[in-house]
Order: sequence, then C-alpha cells, then structure tokens
Amino acid sequence: MNGTHNESDPVANQSSQTVGHPAGLGVLDPPDPDPLDHRAPLILGGPSFHDVTEAVARPLERPPTLGWWLCFLPSVAALGLLGVAIGWLFFEGVGVWGLNNPVGWAFDITNFVFWVGIGHAGTLISAILFLFRQKWRTSINRSAEAMTIFAVMCALIFPGIHVGRPWVAYWMFPIPNQMAMWPQFRSPLMWDVFAVSIYGTVSALFWYVGLLPDLATIRDRSRGLRRMIFGGLALGWRSSMRHWQVYEKAYLILAGLATPLVLSVHSIVSMDFATSQLPGWHTTIFPPYFVAGAIFSGFAMVVTLMVITRKAFGLEHVITMRHFDYMAKIMLLTGMIVGYAYGLEFFIAWYSGNAYELFTFKNRAFGPYAWAYWTMVTCNVLIPQLFWFKRVRSSLLWLFVLSIFVNIGMWFERFVIIVTSLHRDFLPSSWFYFRPTFWDVATMIGSFGLFFTMFCLFVRFLPIVAASEVKSVLPQAAAHPAVAPIVELERDQIPGGALPARSAV
Amino acid sequence: MALLRPSLPPGDRFGLLAEFPTPAALYHACEGVRDAGFTRWDAHAPFPVHGLDRAMGLRPTRLPWISLALALAGGAAGMGLQGWVSTIAYPLNISGKPFFSWPAFVPITFELAVLGGAAGAVFGMFALNQLPTLWHPLFGSQRFERASDDGFFISIESWDPKFDASATAELLRGLGATNVETVAC
Repeated sequence: MNGTHNESDPVANQSSQTVGHPAGLGVLDPPDPDPLDHRAPLILGGPSFHDVTEAVARPLERPPTLGWWLCFLPSVAALGLLGVAIGWLFFEGVGVWGLNNPVGWAFDITNFVFWVGIGHAGTLISAILFLFRQKWRTSINRSAEAMTIFAVMCALIFPGIHVGRPWVAYWMFPIPNQMAMWPQFRSPLMWDVFAVSIYGTVSALFWYVGLLPDLATIRDRSRGLRRMIFGGLALGWRSSMRHWQVYEKAYLILAGLATPLVLSVHSIVSMDFATSQLPGWHTTIFPPYFVAGAIFSGFAMVVTLMVITRKAFGLEHVITMRHFDYMAKIMLLTGMIVGYAYGLEFFIAWYSGNAYELFTFKNRAFGPYAWAYWTMVTCNVLIPQLFWFKRVRSSLLWLFVLSIFVNIGMWFERFVIIVTSLHRDFLPSSWFYFRPTFWDVATMIGSFGLFFTMFCLFVRFLPIVAASEVKSVLPQAAAHPAVAPIVELERDQIPGGALPARSAV
Repeated sequence: MALLRPSLPPGDRFGLLAEFPTPAALYHACEGVRDAGFTRWDAHAPFPVHGLDRAMGLRPTRLPWISLALALAGGAAGMGLQGWVSTIAYPLNISGKPFFSWPAFVPITFELAVLGGAAGAVFGMFALNQLPTLWHPLFGSQRFERASDDGFFISIESWDPKFDASATAELLRGLGATNVETVAC
C-alpha cells in the first residue's frame, strides 16, 4: 500500500508525477483510518497549472479517436431514427403510438419526465454543490451541466410532439394571436411550459458563463480558424482580475438562482399529476418524491457518462475514484428516499380509507403491470443497496452496471406512475392495456440518439472539464500557502484550497 | 465602442506588463501596486485567486443590484401578464375561482423572476466587464497568452497619473516580477 500513500499525500507528491501517468487509479483507501484526516487529493498526480490546461485542451485539439467514432455513429443513427419517427408521427398522427382511451399519456410523457429528471443532477452538481462549497464538483460540473442542457432538449421534444397538432404548439406560449386567445394560467401544464423552458435557458446561460474562461484558454493555445471561432466565443476574455471579481459574483448569483429553480422544476412537473383527481396521481408527496427521483436518476446518468468519458479522454487523474464514491453515496441516499416514497404511497392508500386509492396501488403491484412495478422496485430500491459496500463504490465496472440499472429503474418509475394509474379507469368497461408500438420505442431510442449525439459533439469540440475551476483547487493556487500550518493543509479536504486564502484575508 | 475597441490611453504605448511566477507572488505584488497608489491597472490570472480583489483594493461589484432589479421586474411582468390575461384580455371561469386567482399564478411569477435575475447576472456581468471586447492591446503580447494557462500578470496603463515608464518598471521588478515588457497600443 506504499504507492497508495504517495498518491494520497499532496505535499510529498507535489509535481513528482505528470498528468500522463496517473498511477494508483481506482485506489480509494486513504492511508489513515481517520476519515477527516489525509483525504485523497481532489486531483491526483500533483499536476501543475499547465498540466491541467494540457489535459483539458488536448482532447479537442487532436483528431477524433476510433472510440469517439464508435460512440458517435450509432448515436447519429439513432438520431436519424428520431427524425423518421417524428416525421411519421406528424404525417399520420398520434395514432401511430399505442395510446388509446383511457391511456392518453404513456411513452411520450414518461420520456419527458425521465429526461427532465436526468437534467437535474447537472444543476445539482453545478449550483447546489457550489453553494455548499463542495470543491470536488469542479472536475465533473462542466460535463454534468452539458448533460442538463441536452437532457432538457430531449425533454422538450415530447410535449411538443405529443399534442396531436404540432403546428399549433405555439398556443402554449402567451403570444398575441389572430384568435385573441390566451393560455389558461391556472393549469400546471402551463406552469410546466414556463418552468422547463426557463430551466433550459438558465442552464444554458450558467453553462456558457462557466465556459467563458476555458474558451479563452483554447483561443490562446490555437492558431487559425480555431483561434477565430474560440476568440469570438470567448468575447475577448483577458483573465482580468477586475473581470474575475464580477464574474465570480455572477456565478454565485446564478448558482443561488438555479438552486430553487431546479427544485421548482420537478415539483411543477409532478404537479402535472398531483393536481389531477386521478387515484395514483393525486398525492401531496409528489414534489419532493419527484425531486429526489430526479437527482437519483441524474447522478446515475452522470456516472454512466463519466465512466466512459474519463476512460476515453484519459481524465482519470481529474475525475478520480473519490468523485465516483461521492456520487454513489448520493445515489444510495436518494434511492432510499425514493424507496421510502414507494412505501409511503402504499401506507397512505391504505390509511386514507379511500377504496379507489387502495385499488390503484394493489393493482399497481399485483395487476397487469406488476412486471413493470417490480422492475422499478428492483432497479431503484434493491440493487442500489449494493452501494453500501465500498468494494462496489470503488469498482468502475460495478458503478457502470449499477448506474444502468438505476437509469432503467427510473424510466420505469415514470412509466408505472403514468400508465398504471390511467389504465384502470373508474368504469371497468373502459379498462385498457397499453402496449407500445414500434414508433413508441423508436421515438424513445431516438431521444437517446439526440442526447448522445449532442454529448459526443460536446466532448469533441468543447473543454469537458472546467480547467479554471480545477486550477483554483490545486494546492499551489493559494495565494498564501505559507500562512496556514501544514496540519491544517492536510485536514482540509481541499489541499491548500480555501483555507489558507481565507486566513490570508 | 466597447464591442470592438476598449478605451485606450493616448499615444502609442498602452503600458507595462509584468509577469509573476506564482499566485502568492502576484498577491504580494498587487498589494504593492495598490499601496503605491496606482488606479489604472489590472491583474491577470488563469483563475480567480482568492482574496486578490482585496489585495488590489477593488470595491464590491454592483452586479447583485442589477440582478435583483431584473428579478423583480421579471416577477412583476409574470404576475402582471397572468393577471391581465385572466381578468381583462381573456377571462375564463375555471371551477368558479376568482378571475384574479393569484395563488395559481405564483409558479410562473417565480420562474420569470428567476429568468430575470439570471439574465441580469449574466448580461449585467457582460456590461460591467465591457464584454465583448474582442480586441485589446494586451493580446499583442506573446507572453500574455499564458494568462489563461499558467501565467500571472499585472498590467499598468500609461495614463495612470503615477505612471512613469522606468520607475514603474523598477517598482514591478522590485515586487518580484520575473519579466517586465512594454505593450504597444
């Protein structure tokens, strides 16, 4: 374990290793049994500032690798399928899906809620962890924010195309029109239009502001066309401290605004259901339950993407096993919140004494869609319990497989909530069993194609790690390393980060 | 016009650009330049060095007020739009509720306030920083390209009342600069 000790000791190890040799990957065990002391450094290998620049900039300055093409081409193929599926839907109408009364919502809204939820982990990482000063977020926040934007893009497709007459989708917006008609603002569906579109807009602004210094970094390293493009995108950023001061304040305000925003978005999405009169939907626990589920599924998607990305781009020393350990713990926590909500729904169904409510939940667990319900419970509640084991949290293979299970489970959660509540109407003569058609499945796969195509383009053309933020958590970033005693340096989880600077001021 | 050209000192000399080896050296040098009484100067670092704004003697930014004003405007516009639509433009009787049923309008009011605040923070930041300024004399320095990588710089502009080409360069060297160069306009 001697090598482990060197890896985890930022002082002894400073600049003795270069970025290209991230030795000791996958090692989580800190040499000291006390969890507060001697935590592993955020960035392994003691890189210099320039090493960070190189690691972040190099992937987009090289020609794409074979691995990138192997990800990109199937994604584009699936995106093409989305185009065909939507084209056929517009040509033929929503009858191409398996919808019928009383199941008027199925794959479309399931996918919508699923994708909005995926986005939430990105905002959690970029905004909420920023406010809590969790500096480990700097390695993953950029790609998590990108994931948010792409997930919102995928989500926004579904309400747009499921309306039956997509050419009048603009009726959802308060635009003066020749009919002198206005939207009905008391409907949660209208709240949803505002919440999700503003969420997408604010996420994009937040992402761009975070990108600005790194765009300037790429500009200053390049020549020719790339220098012109990144020069334009960087808006003439010149790393000025007078600019940084306003910039940091803007970032803080955005984080402060994005935090209540992200909590409001999935709460409002849940109100699409909770404000209806339908047993199975009409529940007051929906807002917190949906938000916890969104964070749960979003972190699963971050883990899925990060396992691949760090490997493909050699970012093992920037996105360390410690990041995965933290994300696994967040999934464990939110997974149990979701499991608690599943249990509480049944308790309330029984305790309320409402026969319709009780029937709906019995039917959900033991009716025609029991297979979907138990898939959900297995993937979301039982399997994530493996995250209790450190061996699982420190194995990339386990993390990857488990994150896929959570992704599947959370998709099924939305499917179960929507379809099982609808398919047994109050009149037994209306009962129905929804089966997806080819076009239901094609649209869902196509939305994954859009998501992964965008993500592939992002990792190819933009800096996928926030280089300026990573530099600011390196030990040598502190303005006054000598002021803080070395013991404090080690005790703080950010080696030499916030602590010495604070005491300097 | 801020979009293309920054405001520049007269003459063909923009000022001096001094490089420092570490964030700590930059921090001390900024304290020195501040205490020498310079006003038209700046520090450049690839990341915001903690406490450097105070070492430079910068005042807190007005940005939060801009953001707050736009957040309030966004919220007022949201409630105003919904109230006007529901009472004057297109009153609908929904479940016998009052036309101005304001609790139902809170979610959209909140979302628009967030949008206003975020737009205020981002575009207010651009305005206060006079971005985009696509061209700047400092970009003429080859060395300055490292300011976004691993270089730490102080630039002092020639129209600062305290500026004197040789004395200021000497001051910067005394503060630990590893290189001092003149930047043309």
